[in-house]
Amino acid sequence: MTDRVPVLKIGEILLVSIQFDLEDQTVLDLQEDLSNRIVATGAKGVVIDISALEIVDSFVGRMLATNASISRILGAETIVVGMRPAVAMTLVELGLSLNGVRTAMNLERGLKLLRRLAAGRA
Amino acid sequence: MAAESSTHLLVETLAANRDTFLDQWIRVVGGDLQGRLSTAELGRELGELYDSILAAVTEGGLDGRAEQFDEARSLLIELSRSRARQGFTPTETARSVFALKEVLEPALATDEQGARTYLQFARLLDDLALLTTEAYIRTREEIISSQAEQLLELSTPVVKLWDGVVGVPLVGTLDSARTQVVMEKLLQTLVDSDSTHAIIDITGVPTVDTQVAQHLLKTVVAARMMGAQCIISGIRPQIAQTIVALGIEFGDIPTNSSLADALRQALTEIARDAEDDVKGLL
Repeated sequence: MTDRVPVLKIGEILLVSIQFDLEDQTVLDLQEDLSNRIVATGAKGVVIDISALEIVDSFVGRMLATNASISRILGAETIVVGMRPAVAMTLVELGLSLNGVRTAMNLERGLKLLRRLAAGRA
Repeated sequence: MAAESSTHLLVETLAANRDTFLDQWIRVVGGDLQGRLSTAELGRELGELYDSILAAVTEGGLDGRAEQFDEARSLLIELSRSRARQGFTPTETARSVFALKEVLEPALATDEQGARTYLQFARLLDDLALLTTEAYIRTREEIISSQAEQLLELSTPVVKLWDGVVGVPLVGTLDSARTQVVMEKLLQTLVDSDSTHAIIDITGVPTVDTQVAQHLLKTVVAARMMGAQCIISGIRPQIAQTIVALGIEFGDIPTNSSLADALRQALTEIARDAEDDVKGLL
């Protein structure tokens, strides 16, 4: 049995807090769950919190970019928050720049950025 | 048999004329160093060395690698180390040993037996002088590597310029090792100070080639992935020309000619965000 990452709904925003290192199957499950929840709830924004992740491989890195694209098609903006310095450096070395993915330092800033985007200010 | 009598003759000569030889030796070496080392200090160093060589030859003969020469060797290594630190050349350091040959030549090379003894002793001194050069170079290398390390530490400060703005004044060329250090420090400071903007100032970077630009881009992308905005400032006219001539693309990374402009830009963005907060928009 594989663990599933919970997708929490707060108002118009979905919060995905990843608390453990992801296996490939978990990543695929999350992608499935998230797109279903966006459609079901009509969410306008998604915040993916990866502050607990110490290791992000290229597969997870690509998942973040894919999720952002999927959400955008479904009408929700994705913000990736809380990336650790070591993770950022690893991704750069891997040649992933997460182009097209919005990022914020922490959850609070991420939520602010979403509201600002909703108000058309950024 | 012959070797034994040579050693015997040598020990006798060295012991009998200790003060005369030592005086001449100090004078020759002192002349070489042109007064950059005090005669008293030189006298102490060479005196110790002379005595330890004499003792070693008395006990162990003329093999410079024998264990009887351990003391002489460690004295020589110490001497080379201090010479290297004081900025003397390797030649001057090795000459300190070779000078003893000059001193002994007139006293020994009077007959065939003496000449043979002199040649054997000269071979011993060659070995010892080689040792000084080796120790000298090792010391220099230690100095160089410790300085390189210090440079790496010193030249990459990350400073907080304003609430929410950190600055990285880069000085010197960027290679991958330094980029790693800068990136690590910058990203950690961004997290620690909860800053949203980083300004990388390259006024002190002499040249920007494709490799340096690549390193800069990596740093900016890493900061961006953590949710911070990076501004590159301090681009001098020649650097701007080189960047364009080389076809380097900085993409949508904001660049500025002066740190002041970059700071103003960062503060404007921060003020705009804060305004939204106050309006209750957020």
